[in-house]
Amino acid sequence: MARKQRSVPEINAGSMADIAFLLLIFFLVTTSIDSDKGIAIKLPPKLPPQENPPTIKKRNIWEVLINKNDQLLVENEWMNIDQLCAETKTFIQNPGKNENLSESPQKAVVSLKNDKGTTYGAYISVQNELKRAYNELRDEYSLGKFNRKYEELPKGGKEQQEALKAYPQKISEAEPEEIGGENPYK
Amino acid sequence: MAKFKKSAGSGSQSINTASLPDIVFMLLFFFMVVTKMKDAEVKVTVSVPSASEVTILENKQVVTYMYIGKPKQPEIYGTSTRIQLNDAFKDPKAIPVWVEEEKKRIPAVFVNLFTVSIKADKHIKMGILNDVKLKLREANALRIVYSSNKGKSLSDQ
Repeated sequence: MARKQRSVPEINAGSMADIAFLLLIFFLVTTSIDSDKGIAIKLPPKLPPQENPPTIKKRNIWEVLINKNDQLLVENEWMNIDQLCAETKTFIQNPGKNENLSESPQKAVVSLKNDKGTTYGAYISVQNELKRAYNELRDEYSLGKFNRKYEELPKGGKEQQEALKAYPQKISEAEPEEIGGENPYK
Repeated sequence: MAKFKKSAGSGSQSINTASLPDIVFMLLFFFMVVTKMKDAEVKVTVSVPSASEVTILENKQVVTYMYIGKPKQPEIYGTSTRIQLNDAFKDPKAIPVWVEEEKKRIPAVFVNLFTVSIKADKHIKMGILNDVKLKLREANALRIVYSSNKGKSLSDQ
């Protein structure tokens, strides 16, 4: 006896593509695939008012000043920005054990100071150069020790930690001078 | 004589489109995942500086944006440099309150990763940024990123 076949009504999927396209176009339009990039820094936490900032030996401080005309003064001498990275590296490493440069990379502190009237672009280029000095030093360290660049080491792994320890990045930003500025908002 | 069966209709054969929705859905999901809804209209002109040593912000959840620059509509907002938080122009004084509000928005596990991305025009003066940084420090928002394009930094001054 033939059983009556119950027919399952088939759903017409022809318009599925249309719906998906509609949604797709919506998301296409609203998307902005700009992964944000930038120079990451960490601000120092607020010091309790009664506490004095730690004292650091003069030779361990690398003083970088940017004036309102975006000119650089490094350790009381005028400097071009192209030299900044190389000079900073020498200061941190101090290969010749110069008495005026840092005692060790761990003790080296870069102090960055700017005027009110310094332009942001110039400040970023200086920050960039200082950061590059540290990144290059870490790369050199990792290449020498692990035969790979810092970025190629496992992220957050022991090797990276070691490179970080060898060259801890200490860029301190001094309270800015109140000079060199008319109203900066103008 | 051999008979050749003519295929139905003399036109071209129709392509099977059954897998089309799958393809489209795949694209759809891709865009759904990467989409970040624009939450605020930027009312200031910002041309960010470029730098070579940039880090990419992977976790977008923890990032909040701040725009600093000259207003796009000077006839309404004037020509002085302004700070835009969310949708409105604000004073640096308003930053701590804003930070608290923004911190509530992100998942509790990530609160200590809270990052402020400062999208500032390269021509602004550091005086403004110093005010901003001082207020961010006060608000305990210590992770900041100076948003910049990847490129050579020295040439475009």
